[in-house]
Amino acid sequence: MTQLPARTDKKLGLVIDLDTCVGCHACVISCKGWNTENYGAPLSDQDPYGANPSGTFLNRVHSYEVQPNQGEAQLIHFPKSCLHCEDAPCVTVCPTGASYKRTEDGIVLVNESDCIGCGLCAWACPYGAREMDVAEGVMKKCTLCVDRIYNENLPEIDRQPACVRTCPAGARHFGDLGDPDSAVSKLVADRGGVDLMPEQGTKPVNQYLPPRPKDRLAAASAEDIDILAPFLEPVAQEATGFLGWLDRTLEKL
Amino acid sequence: MHPALSVIFFSTFSGLGFGLLVFLGLGYPGVTGWSAFAFFAIAYILAVGGLISSTFHLGHPERALKAFTQWQTSWLSREAWCAVIALLLMATYGAGLVFLETRWTILGIVGALFSLATVFTTSMIYAQMKTVPRWHSPLTPAYFLSLCIAGGALLAGQVTWAVILLLVAGVIQIFTWGIGDKAFAQSGTDIASATRLGNIGKVRAFEPPHTGTNYLKREFVYVIARKHAQKLRIIAGLLMVVLPLLLLLLPFNHYFALLAVVSHVAGVFTSRWLFFAEAEHVVGLYYGARTQAG
Amino acid sequence: MTQQPVIDLSPKVSDEIRKTTCYMCACRCGINVHMKDGKVAYIEGNRDHPVNQGVLCAKGSAGIMQHNAPARLRAPLKRVGPRGSGEFEEITWDEALQIATDWLEPIRAKNPEKLAFFTGRDQSQSFTSLWAQSFGTPNYAAHGGFCSVNMAAAGIYTMGGAFWEFGQPDWDHTKLFMLFGVAEDHDSNPIKMGIGKIKARGARIIGVNPIRTGYNAVADDWVGITPGTDGLFILAMIHCLMKAGKIDLHYLAQYTDAPVLLNGDENSSDYGLYLRDEDGKQQVIDRKTGKLAPFDQPGVRPDLSATYTAEGITHRPVFHQMAEKYLSDEYAPEAVADRCGISARRIRTIAAELARVAFDEAFELDHAWTDFRGETHLKMTGRPVSFHAMRGISAHANGFQTCRALHTLQIILGTVEVPGGFRFKPPYPKPATAHPKPHVGVNAGAPLNGPHLGFVHGPDDLALKEDGTPARIDKAFTWENPMSAHGLMHMVISNAHAGDPYKIDTLFMYMANMSWNSSMNTRGVMEMLTDKDANGDYVIPRIIYSDSYSSEMVAYADLILPDTTYLERHDCISLLDRPICEADAAADAIRWPVVEPDRDVRGFQSALCDLGAKLGLPAFVNEDGSQKYADYADYITNHERRPGIGPLAGFRGKDGTKSGRGEVNPNQLDRYIENGGFFVEHIPAGANYYKPWNTAYQEWAVKMGLFDAPQPYLFSLYVEPMRKFQLAAEGHGDRQPPDHLRDRIKATMSPLPIWYETDQTGNAGYTITALTQRPMAMYHSWGSQNAWLRQLHGHNPLYLPTKLMQENSLKDGDWARVTSPHGEITVPVMEMAALNQNTVWTWNAIGKRKGAWALDKDAPEATRGFLLNHLIHELLPPKGDGLRWSNSDPITGQAAWFDLKVKIEKAAPPSDSKPEFDAIKSPVGQGPNKLAWKVGK
Ligand SMILES: Nc1nc2c(c(=O)[nH]1)N[C@H]1C(S)=C(S)[C@@H](COP(=O)(O)OP(=O)(O)OC[C@H]3O[C@@H](n4cnc5c(=O)[nH]c(N)nc54)[C@H](O)[C@@H]3O)O[C@H]1N2
Ligand SMILES: Nc1nc2c(c(=O)[nH]1)N[C@H]1C(S)=C(S)[C@@H](COP(=O)(O)OP(=O)(O)OC[C@H]3O[C@@H](n4cnc5c(=O)[nH]c(N)nc54)[C@H](O)[C@@H]3O)O[C@H]1N2
Ligand code: SF4
Ligand code: SF4
Ligand code: SF4
Ligand code: SF4
Ligand code: SF4
Ligand SMILES: [Mo]
Repeated sequence: MTQLPARTDKKLGLVIDLDTCVGCHACVISCKGWNTENYGAPLSDQDPYGANPSGTFLNRVHSYEVQPNQGEAQLIHFPKSCLHCEDAPCVTVCPTGASYKRTEDGIVLVNESDCIGCGLCAWACPYGAREMDVAEGVMKKCTLCVDRIYNENLPEIDRQPACVRTCPAGARHFGDLGDPDSAVSKLVADRGGVDLMPEQGTKPVNQYLPPRPKDRLAAASAEDIDILAPFLEPVAQEATGFLGWLDRTLEKL
Repeated sequence: MHPALSVIFFSTFSGLGFGLLVFLGLGYPGVTGWSAFAFFAIAYILAVGGLISSTFHLGHPERALKAFTQWQTSWLSREAWCAVIALLLMATYGAGLVFLETRWTILGIVGALFSLATVFTTSMIYAQMKTVPRWHSPLTPAYFLSLCIAGGALLAGQVTWAVILLLVAGVIQIFTWGIGDKAFAQSGTDIASATRLGNIGKVRAFEPPHTGTNYLKREFVYVIARKHAQKLRIIAGLLMVVLPLLLLLLPFNHYFALLAVVSHVAGVFTSRWLFFAEAEHVVGLYYGARTQAG
Repeated sequence: MTQQPVIDLSPKVSDEIRKTTCYMCACRCGINVHMKDGKVAYIEGNRDHPVNQGVLCAKGSAGIMQHNAPARLRAPLKRVGPRGSGEFEEITWDEALQIATDWLEPIRAKNPEKLAFFTGRDQSQSFTSLWAQSFGTPNYAAHGGFCSVNMAAAGIYTMGGAFWEFGQPDWDHTKLFMLFGVAEDHDSNPIKMGIGKIKARGARIIGVNPIRTGYNAVADDWVGITPGTDGLFILAMIHCLMKAGKIDLHYLAQYTDAPVLLNGDENSSDYGLYLRDEDGKQQVIDRKTGKLAPFDQPGVRPDLSATYTAEGITHRPVFHQMAEKYLSDEYAPEAVADRCGISARRIRTIAAELARVAFDEAFELDHAWTDFRGETHLKMTGRPVSFHAMRGISAHANGFQTCRALHTLQIILGTVEVPGGFRFKPPYPKPATAHPKPHVGVNAGAPLNGPHLGFVHGPDDLALKEDGTPARIDKAFTWENPMSAHGLMHMVISNAHAGDPYKIDTLFMYMANMSWNSSMNTRGVMEMLTDKDANGDYVIPRIIYSDSYSSEMVAYADLILPDTTYLERHDCISLLDRPICEADAAADAIRWPVVEPDRDVRGFQSALCDLGAKLGLPAFVNEDGSQKYADYADYITNHERRPGIGPLAGFRGKDGTKSGRGEVNPNQLDRYIENGGFFVEHIPAGANYYKPWNTAYQEWAVKMGLFDAPQPYLFSLYVEPMRKFQLAAEGHGDRQPPDHLRDRIKATMSPLPIWYETDQTGNAGYTITALTQRPMAMYHSWGSQNAWLRQLHGHNPLYLPTKLMQENSLKDGDWARVTSPHGEITVPVMEMAALNQNTVWTWNAIGKRKGAWALDKDAPEATRGFLLNHLIHELLPPKGDGLRWSNSDPITGQAAWFDLKVKIEKAAPPSDSKPEFDAIKSPVGQGPNKLAWKVGK
């Protein structure tokens, strides 16, 4: 199965809004919780109460500091899970066929019973989206909650990934990026969504919405003509003058 | 990349083993009977031992057979096929030599080709990794193949070939290092493209996503100090090429020959360790590797 | 090509969903607990719940790991080794309750005040305070004093409600949201949801914080202010706005005390107090008649400017004083810019932007409403600017006044309780005068004469004994901190140790890790808890403590009453307490045992029902002396505060059809469970803005039992009780402050908000401010026992701004020695550019004591993690006047965590972060070395 499908019916994926993500890690833990209890082997932890705790997670939230040429440094929280790439190198390297891309929706999955745990797919993924589970010896990755999004045992409204459902800030969106009319595609178009590492040629389905421009008030106050200045035109310099203005204004009220 | 001993072991020894098989397949040395048996035994111990050791890093070695299924896309799968075919062909060919004292020349040549192909497929597993710019280069197969046949020549006692091939391998090794050092910077992947935040300003990884460690950090975010690497390169070059060459150029002596082999193997092992240890995976960018450089 | 595998796309999710309330933090979101084979399988947010509407934070989702944590206590414990060693023996509940009874009974019979009962981040204060009141000790409070009492008290005194979780911006309409000093706050999920909502609408956020992370990282504009100077910054904006007349005059005149006249007679003992009529009503000049009138007289048009002259003395309105004060050059942006670290231009730009959005983007909602003067308004004017703030401005010694300044800013913009502005959540608005006053009337063997905590309105309400000494062990409501509405939990141990104001016998604590992250001077506290007198007895003779987990504090108690986890007990999140209301609805909730404990543990409140009965406390026994409440569930259902008003407002009345008021419903808890664990009653349309003055809201609130009669009031830009304390300091009245406090009271208790530099005596040479922030994925010390969360925050570096890194030749991963006048720590450092240039910070409460929390003694929390608390003292450095001044706000006693000043130097990496303490013995052993938690097949 490691041949990629020529095309997929849908391109299901996530749109992550870097302007809104507050870096709370809610998506990280709800993902861990759902996927420990569901699809495949539980996500294990080693030395969980010890000196060197380590465990399998399918979604992690990084943070980056960006220093613009002018103005204050900015901080951006940056969630990352599998991007369900169209040209997924992780799939083609897999010797067993355990890694595959679903033809119906483009979700990239690992069939754990076929996986020999060679790790090659993780090598091939530029994004660090795959983690080998130490207890189980198989490769783990984001399933796009394939066992939620079609799950008839869940109310329709809950048929979305655990991380999307839980995100308190609403910074994660799920949908069909192959359909230009879908809400997610429109969001990407509106906000100028981007691919990560486009030069790697993986054609990620997941898209990132860049942060909106920051510190514009600071920039405004640095400019020569302060467009906001008219809003603070003094009515009087002295307290007595102010009270005079007050009397006059109250008359009009 | 984390230099996993099992993988270094595998690629070093199976490379040598298949290298020896290449020469045996081509009829150098033209041994038969028990001395052929001895040569083949050495080659098989190296090649098969290496292959077996490669399964040590698998999470599920008992499912290893499944690795044969995806030859259409996966170099690992192709490697598995090539290795098995090469070993079977060479076993047949070797049986002829040992038991029938007969050389099936064509079979030997085909077996030699498959032995080379095995090493080539191994090298392609690395060379295909766009994610590791240092590896993602035609030099990677050249490096694997040149060492494979140089080592093969050495083991096969083909002094002249060994001298020439060691020199070639040495040159390729130097290129691999020199060009490899620039590969990451030239790959076009940096923290700006990884985060797509570069248009705002200079990007630096801030807090990691977790203070605990994980598979990715263990496997990919391995860094080796530059000074340390330089020293190891010198050691690798000396052991792998220079010392064996000197020993070969001295009047022939079995001890010297043995010493040349041991030195070469130790050198290849060091070079292979560096091959992994110096390789930087682009995922390291997300974890703050190369922040200063980029 | 092989076939794509067939996978089960519709696996069974769980056998059953049990809906209860999260308690991984105090936000109290609704959760769906998915059960498989009777075990907890997965936790997600409850979509119907008013607080979180389905979302859940990291802690909430990790609840399964907390519930199953190896650190859970298993049975009552009796100390067998020395205090602090962690050596215990497990005993039965009967034995434990008997020991507690034997200790407490004699105290109650003779000196009830010798019991100090303090509860931490408890959510059952109306219950625990009832217990303490019934016991008769005046020494009861919860954690507010070291948390954010400045925020609560400043809000309630000023406008009858606070930020904290007691109000929220109008997320649906606001266009500019300005956030001061918030990392996470109690309203964790609602703030994130709100930010998401306004971002989706393209509204903007300004974050004022020395550190640019989290909410401040997504803010459109970041103001990296110098810590402790927000008051100045805000007053400068008030200066600009007033000067430009960009203030809501109508709002100020109608709904605030700006037009209320102040006594102008300098010789009067009422000088500076409101002019009041015979009924005690504040008086204004009616613009229609030009005459004096009570503020609430129907039809009155209070005049913001007119003065009143009688007997040759001119009485001027509050607004005159404001104009005089805030228009002065002292508050001009140019005068404050350097101290705030914000340029004058930038201050003006931000003020102008506030004005632009408040006035140019004003809008109207088509809701008619009638105000308390009987005037009907056809529309509601929206001013889409909103504010929120929390401990960044309140945990400073000038925090009360800073919080007041911020409220003043919102009020002059007319953005409180209007569409687009800040909105109260029921039971707020509720003016300070509608709250109880503190009570300290002790009678041996009998209950206290009233509730412990409350709001003082002048010197007469202070909690002083006849001889003028403090009546309470924490010295709350004394001249040192007259308006300490939440008590001073952080002073209890040091006062008890010092026997000042008196000695106590038993310290009874609940849910507060006082020997570690919730104390200042951590090492000192450990010493006080273990200190012995000349006879070899502990100076604090007995300590009873209730915790669920093997925390650092457990080791310091003599008797441990082990609590359950939050999934194993009944709780009630009550309107009598800290409810979960929304601006549009009253709401309360319960917890119920979705699983039964598998250990010999008991819900603390149930244990108090048992203990109360054994002690014969009147509120806990029937007339025949038998136990009144079998357990907490019984109390929740059957207790009535006033007839028809109980802990829960929902499903009251015999048949469960009444809301707010109604008889006891024996099936009330079942009805809550059926309803998803909560109850919501929406505020009718037209009643949900202008609540303090809106007749429809007031009537609804009375119907709901939030109060017994409508109580409209004016916002207090001028806090009259503060003027009363100043008058006392000026020599008026019988109750007089000690002389050494007179000047401070005069200076700090200004009835109009001011800014003053916090006391920096003894800090010479310590120039860098050191702060902590809440990590969103960790709750204080609770999180570290959680296998999933501790992988995210297992240790904490000290973040330094680029400038300080360079000055000290530091690189990421180096170590530094950080010194304050009080102590020294040696810790790992990391660089951060988006940080105020003179501020360092770290995540709060990640550092752990070796041996606690069932962690390995080499856990990174103990070897690399650290607390800043070692550097902070509950007292300020000595000033040489022979006195030790407390490190708190002089008005409320709020612990001034963020006034910490340090210096930094590079240090050789030690083996472990310093200071190091001996490992405590774990009473629960250590957790397993592998986890692969899956309860289903
Ligand atoms: N440096 C610095 N120090 C600070 C602060 C700061 O900003 N900086 N912040 C201060 C503030 S605002 C606060 S509120 C305090 C908080 O400090 P604490 O109130 O001490 O907070 P926690 O660490 O949450 O500890 C509460 C205890 O409750 C226990 N517990 C948890 N769940 C339960 C339960 O269900 N039942 C019972 N019985 N016990 C339970 C935990 O095991 C823990 O021992 O810290 C203060 N300390
Ligand atoms: N996840 C999580 N949530 C929690 C808690 C927790 O431990 N974890 N604790 C709960 C408790 S008990 C409380 S009290 C609340 C507290 O909630 P917050 O008030 O959000 O508490 P802190 O994390 O102390 O954040 C204080 C913020 O103020 C900033 N600050 C410090 N000094 C100044 C200053 O002078 N000016 C300005 N403008 N900013 C300043 C700090 O940089 C920091 O961002 O959170 C509650 N919620
Ligand atoms: S849950 Fe949402 S806001 Fe929180 S880290 Fe994940 S994406 Fe960001
Ligand atoms: S993100 Fe990585 S794992 Fe996911 S599809 Fe792309 S390459 Fe494969
Ligand atoms: S680890 Fe498993 S999924 Fe990945 S390449 Fe190897 S066999 Fe395929
Ligand atoms: S889609 Fe599901 S599996 Fe993927 S990151 Fe989100 S929660 Fe995890
Ligand atoms: S904010 Fe998180 S931890 Fe707090 S109650 Fe809500 S879900 Fe639970
Ligand atoms: Mo707090």
